[in-house]
Amino acid sequence: MTGKTLYTVIIFSENTVGLLNQITIIFTRRQLNIETLSVSPSAIKGIHKFTITTFADQDTMDKVVKQIDKRVNILKAYYNTDEDLVYQEIALYKVSTEQFMQTGKVEELIRTYNVRILDINESCVVLEKSGHYEETQALFKELSRTIGVLQFIRSGRVAITKSKVERLSDMLSTMEKKLQDKQGITNGEE
Amino acid sequence: MVKYQLSTKKAMDKQKITGSEALLKTLLAEGVDTIFGYPGGQVIPVYDCLYDYQDQLKHVLVRHEQGATHAAQGYARVSGKVGVALVTSGPGATNTITGIADAMMDSTPMVVISGQVPSAMLGTDAFQEIDVIGITQPITKWAYQIRRPEDIAWAVSRAFHIASSGRPGPVVIDFAKDAQVGLVEYVYEKVGYVRSYQPVPDMEPEQIAAAAELINQAKKPFALVGQGVVLSGAEKELMAFLEKADIPAGSTVLGLSAMPSDYPLNKGMLGMHGNVGPNMKTNECDVLIAIGMRFDDRVTGNLQTYAKQAKIIHFDIDISEIGKNVSVDVPVVGGAKETLAAVTELLQPASHTEWIAGFEPHEKEEYEKVISREVYPEKGFLKMGEVIRKISEAAENRAVLVTDVGQNQMMGVRYFKYTQTRSVVTSGGLGTMGYGLPAAIGAKFGAPDRTVCLFTGDGGMQMTIQELGTIMQEKLNVKIIILNNNFLGMVRQWQELFFQERYSFTVMANPDFVSIAKAYGLGSRVVENREDLDEAITEMLQYDGAYVLVANVEDRGMVYPMVPAGGTITNIIMGDK
Repeated sequence: MTGKTLYTVIIFSENTVGLLNQITIIFTRRQLNIETLSVSPSAIKGIHKFTITTFADQDTMDKVVKQIDKRVNILKAYYNTDEDLVYQEIALYKVSTEQFMQTGKVEELIRTYNVRILDINESCVVLEKSGHYEETQALFKELSRTIGVLQFIRSGRVAITKSKVERLSDMLSTMEKKLQDKQGITNGEE
Repeated sequence: MVKYQLSTKKAMDKQKITGSEALLKTLLAEGVDTIFGYPGGQVIPVYDCLYDYQDQLKHVLVRHEQGATHAAQGYARVSGKVGVALVTSGPGATNTITGIADAMMDSTPMVVISGQVPSAMLGTDAFQEIDVIGITQPITKWAYQIRRPEDIAWAVSRAFHIASSGRPGPVVIDFAKDAQVGLVEYVYEKVGYVRSYQPVPDMEPEQIAAAAELINQAKKPFALVGQGVVLSGAEKELMAFLEKADIPAGSTVLGLSAMPSDYPLNKGMLGMHGNVGPNMKTNECDVLIAIGMRFDDRVTGNLQTYAKQAKIIHFDIDISEIGKNVSVDVPVVGGAKETLAAVTELLQPASHTEWIAGFEPHEKEEYEKVISREVYPEKGFLKMGEVIRKISEAAENRAVLVTDVGQNQMMGVRYFKYTQTRSVVTSGGLGTMGYGLPAAIGAKFGAPDRTVCLFTGDGGMQMTIQELGTIMQEKLNVKIIILNNNFLGMVRQWQELFFQERYSFTVMANPDFVSIAKAYGLGSRVVENREDLDEAITEMLQYDGAYVLVANVEDRGMVYPMVPAGGTITNIIMGDK
């Protein structure tokens, strides 16, 4: 990864079949590996938001984002580096109940790592921690070292920019206005 | 009450039509008059309906689905309209992939409609099922699967809107069989807007002003003309722009007929086999003005040494092209027709006589070392260039040039002459051998009143030779010139220059093309002596119908000048040593 920065690509799209493929093929063509990926409905009804992280250089990122933005069903695509973003990942850890109890350090663990306990049963405990990669990873290492981790899963990154507003709603109203200006033209939405 | 309901329902049923008919009605509403296609199992309902629409929709039965796409491309390139191909599912659809990719690379508006298995069978590996959307997404502007007859009207209209607007390109409509046979109350409304798609970016006044300022200060401006000029119909605006500030211009292969060949500011073709002047001047100019072109590597050669001395202005409708290959000082986004007019308005009339005169020594050198030998040889075997130039002139330089790919293509675009726009049909970006013959068919349907001359090689001809059957069936008057050197000439040229003359699998044993042409009922003859050439050309052009002229040219002809791949654009091999 020398000389490469972790970029977060944020994409707003229509909610249609096959969108993810359209986006990933643009990464594939340039041999960019997707580090994390998260997709969910956005604040605006009918619009989905993709958050993708990848290691690349800025020149490549410029080109990739333009090529994503150009796809017909993409409303807006842009990228940021970590400084511009507040971001988070969530991780779940399953450990053995017996060993968890035996440590005698449950309170310490919870206080140090700000861990939540989601479930406890006779055989296992499910812990949850959200944070940056380094933070969730640190807990993973700690648990692995001390009591062992039976299962582990980490989500893709979610991120919002530090700037004041998401400009998508402005952009959408401009788009709608353009449509109204072209009276009699049918809106061909899927 | 019950009775009333029944009769209403019946009346409504009466207004319903099948999905297949809805498709054909939408095609008609979108202005389609010609379809290139090939029937098959999962598209029979559409063909059945087409049987009743033959008087309104001309269907051309090709001999292979790849031919349908190239024909649709040829049709689109000469007419400016959207080309349409109709094929069946599975292999029918996969056979269109090359044509779709070609149209994507060359920004050709095309809608490909493929049949698909019934939607309930999707994903089951049904007979002739293939994931057309998955396969075509990387090579289309938009790919959509219609599973319900209700979606036909808007989706097909949207397909035409997307294919033809902005930077044009191919769209695939995958049409499930149950949607073809299902009934629908048909309501057509033309789609002219898609929320997430802005075909033409808004013109930016600062960019217009910055471009004009840079050009006004230029002492040695040079323009690069691409197909964007033709696609946006900006030929007049281009010439007004060039004339006002006295700017010489070179052209990409696909931009070639945007200016007439003998237009004084037209300094010829750019790139690997382009003219010497435009390539040399690229690295001497102070302001390089690219218009609707994408700095393809065949145009630029080594980017590290490309136009480093110049400020670069890039006019393009596609924002993702700006800075993709070459870093740009002033981008000008928008359609070429509008942006060129806006910049021209801000230009001060200028004269660059001395700078323009600087092209002449290069023209003279190229004429002496290359052109005179290729076009006006006095002895030896027939040369490709002389055949092409003679045919161009015999057709009063008004014909449509169609080429295949390889030496025939580079010779064709170099030595054919253009007097009107939309006169070049060739596979620029993808470089598809086998493109020529079907594209010529499409070109003739797109420009029925023009002479269509296809120059192809013995190799490319045999990649899609079955389309002679289409020509026979349609009694189509296209002129086919096979520049036969019994070699895969362009690869052979590289082997001679860069691979120590190791002619690995480029020698071709060829059939008797005249017998083949005659078997299809076409006119045909061989020409191999210089003294017979004029007469053979006259016979071909005057022949009432399709004609295959087999020109047996020298077997080791070379296309010069040549900039080796990846080399500096001014490092030109003239082939005179």
